Amino acid sequence: MSELHPNKPEFRNINAFVDLPTYRLPPAGWVSILHRISGAVMFLLLPLIIWMFDTSVSSEISFMKFKSAFVAGLWIFPGFVIQIVSLGLIWAFLHHLIAGLRHLYMDATHSVTKEFGRSSAIFVLTLSIGLTLVLGAKLFGLY
Amino acid sequence: MSVNFGSKRIVVGAHYGLRDWLAQRVTAALIALLTALILVQIIFSSGEIGYDTWASIFSAQWMKALTFATILALIYHVWVGMRDIWMDYIKPTGVRLFLQVFTIVWLLACAGWAIQVLWRL
Repeated sequence: MSELHPNKPEFRNINAFVDLPTYRLPPAGWVSILHRISGAVMFLLLPLIIWMFDTSVSSEISFMKFKSAFVAGLWIFPGFVIQIVSLGLIWAFLHHLIAGLRHLYMDATHSVTKEFGRSSAIFVLTLSIGLTLVLGAKLFGLY
Repeated sequence: MSVNFGSKRIVVGAHYGLRDWLAQRVTAALIALLTALILVQIIFSSGEIGYDTWASIFSAQWMKALTFATILALIYHVWVGMRDIWMDYIKPTGVRLFLQVFTIVWLLACAGWAIQVLWRL
């Protein structure tokens, strides 16, 4: 590799603080690392997700408690924090789902070309961010 | 004594990694299916989505059974994914073991809670 591209930097044992900010990822790389980050975020927030499931389905009274969390807050967190965290969860789920469907599609159809990797990655990023904005507008009461 | 780990590992059978790879896709498909079913029921409900509409989605027995199966699929899916993350980034064996045990306990506790919510509906 280095003989073919003498000026191309090699990344071995990369330093997270020095090399990562200057390393430009291709779209497929962004989809990949965001797939991982979104999964980890949902793993850590699983108790909040189940709390939402619990309060929203258990009874009329708990449903009101669920709704008021987005306005009056929950535990030590004010309402807007719950809204922002929920928006983060919406994005995490959408990205993870759409990027996962991309995986399944690539496995099923053996779509392994560089061009398909790039175009499908741009599709995933556009759709997940677009849907997050649409649902986020609903979450913040814009329509 | 020959080296029997890392790239020098003596491979004595097939299926290395295949089980996790396949399980990740099968469980993902199940989660996607449940998501689609919930979305369809929300989209085709009439009027404002209040408590009754939302809770009735999960109170049908077939939906409970499918949601139960999906909760189990979900914790298996998350286990495979989080284990990949720990194996990639956490090198000290002791820390990795601790995080893996924490992941299992965390997931089992969450699954128990979710199933309790589902089954008292």
